[in-house]
Amino acid sequence: MANKGFVISRLPGFNPIAGLVFAGLYLPILILVVYSFNAGRSVASWEGFSLQWYAVAWENDAVKDATIRSLYLAASAAVISTVLATLAALGTTRRKAFGGQTFIYVMINQPLMVPEIVSAVALLIFFAMIKQATGYAGMGYLIAAHSAFCIPFAYLPIRARLEGMDMTLETAAADLYASTWQAFRFVTLPLLLPGIFAGMMLAFVTSLDDVVITVFVKSAGQDTLPTYMLGQIRRQVTAEINAISTVLLALTVLLLTLFFVLTRKKDE
Amino acid sequence: MSPAEQAEVTRSARNGWLLSAPALVVLTLAAIGPLAIVGAYSFMPPGEFGNVAWGFSLEAWQGILFTKDIFDGTLAWADANLTIFWRSVKLSVLTTVFAFVVGFPTAWFIATRPPKARAMWLFLITIPFWTNLLIRTFAITEIIRKEGLLNTVLLNLHIIGQPLEMIYTDTAVFIGMTYVYLPLMVLPLFASLDRFDMRLLEAAYDLYANPWQVLRRVIMPIVKPGIIAGSILVFVPSLGAYVTPRLLGGGKNMMIGNFIELQFGQGRNWPLGASLSVTLLIIVTGALLVYVRYANRETRHGQ
Repeated sequence: MANKGFVISRLPGFNPIAGLVFAGLYLPILILVVYSFNAGRSVASWEGFSLQWYAVAWENDAVKDATIRSLYLAASAAVISTVLATLAALGTTRRKAFGGQTFIYVMINQPLMVPEIVSAVALLIFFAMIKQATGYAGMGYLIAAHSAFCIPFAYLPIRARLEGMDMTLETAAADLYASTWQAFRFVTLPLLLPGIFAGMMLAFVTSLDDVVITVFVKSAGQDTLPTYMLGQIRRQVTAEINAISTVLLALTVLLLTLFFVLTRKKDE
Repeated sequence: MSPAEQAEVTRSARNGWLLSAPALVVLTLAAIGPLAIVGAYSFMPPGEFGNVAWGFSLEAWQGILFTKDIFDGTLAWADANLTIFWRSVKLSVLTTVFAFVVGFPTAWFIATRPPKARAMWLFLITIPFWTNLLIRTFAITEIIRKEGLLNTVLLNLHIIGQPLEMIYTDTAVFIGMTYVYLPLMVLPLFASLDRFDMRLLEAAYDLYANPWQVLRRVIMPIVKPGIIAGSILVFVPSLGAYVTPRLLGGGKNMMIGNFIELQFGQGRNWPLGASLSVTLLIIVTGALLVYVRYANRETRHGQ
């Protein structure tokens, strides 16, 4: 080609805009992280490197409580929703289309479609009724709510994995006189495992990040890390929140990286 | 079909239902069922201390648009509510449009990278997408609040003499929502552009099209499903946004989500909160139905 600098896919102005978008997406997060190491109290001035806000957060009992509660809740919700989603994925893939299949899809994906504030209000009303009737005010409500809205996040990667799987392996197992259970246990399940872990990780991150539904469902004294932060941000801002945010951020990036490693295997 | 095959199909369908049943039960109890109760609550009178009183009443539905004069019972437009609806729709539309304007070039940029680099850029979009929305909104407040980074820098450089009032404005909510929902626009746009056949560009340029014509007449019509998917994915959560307007809009610049919460808190008008929730749900479902219909039509034409 005569003009070597000509790239067919280049559109004028597109690359600079993309550059600005990436900068715009990361700059605020970067500032947040950097100022979590600030010796001073706010972003108004940089007063030198210090880990004091991490120490403050670490020694804060409210933060410790909220962290333990968040992890407990996210782990419970991730396990429950992943088990349910795995069963549902096995039920809705790799078989002849059956009556009501679309209905099942819609049901499973419903939490992705309904605005969170509406779900939150609905759960508030419903759980208020149960609370009044039974007197129970424990973590069960939060675990139930989180398990439900995590199901689609666990379901999607598991289903994707199942659909990409080679069915002939199970047929081969059946030909070799494996029972249905043996074929599942020794062939399907090991192959499905990366999808299950990927789904569980997304469910865990989704539960860990939730603010709206948790704020409405939680009883007094059931703050999770995000709801604790929401309360703090509205009162007064200290770099302690930056420190907590940075830790949560690091955890999310770690889990996502794992997720990508697990799901990429398929393409090879 | 032979009876044996018929039995096999029936068995397969039954197993499908049985395996899905546990998930459906949990979803019914902790996600879908409660929505029905919200619907019922919207037709009841409010209780004195929150909750509802038993009975039937259309007041909550009337209350969405009208206020009743406490003395003579005449109806008047509820200006405060209308302002909130207008702000919600305006900010959601602005957010969607702006997210598209900057998101499309970003998705195009990613889609035109070499495969290895593409995965890396895509990952860079995915990280903010999965990062806690509260943290991302908080990052914005740190920059634009009164004692925030931007004001501090501008004051120190003597560009401004007074801190700018950027936070607790509609603009702040708009900036925040664009920031938090932008990845939701880029990801489906990328999914569409990724499958785009670059040879079409050669054909268009050979026929003397200019870049703008290529964009408008070749690229955009083909990736329209991605544009619609991205727009809905941004518009729907924007309309129901709660955290971002609460932190960046403050108490005065409420959106529907905050208005609903108010009814369950200080407002103590649960039925009105319920009728507002149902309204929001209907709008969102409408938008999704339009999308599903459109997407189906597209695939039919494509085949």
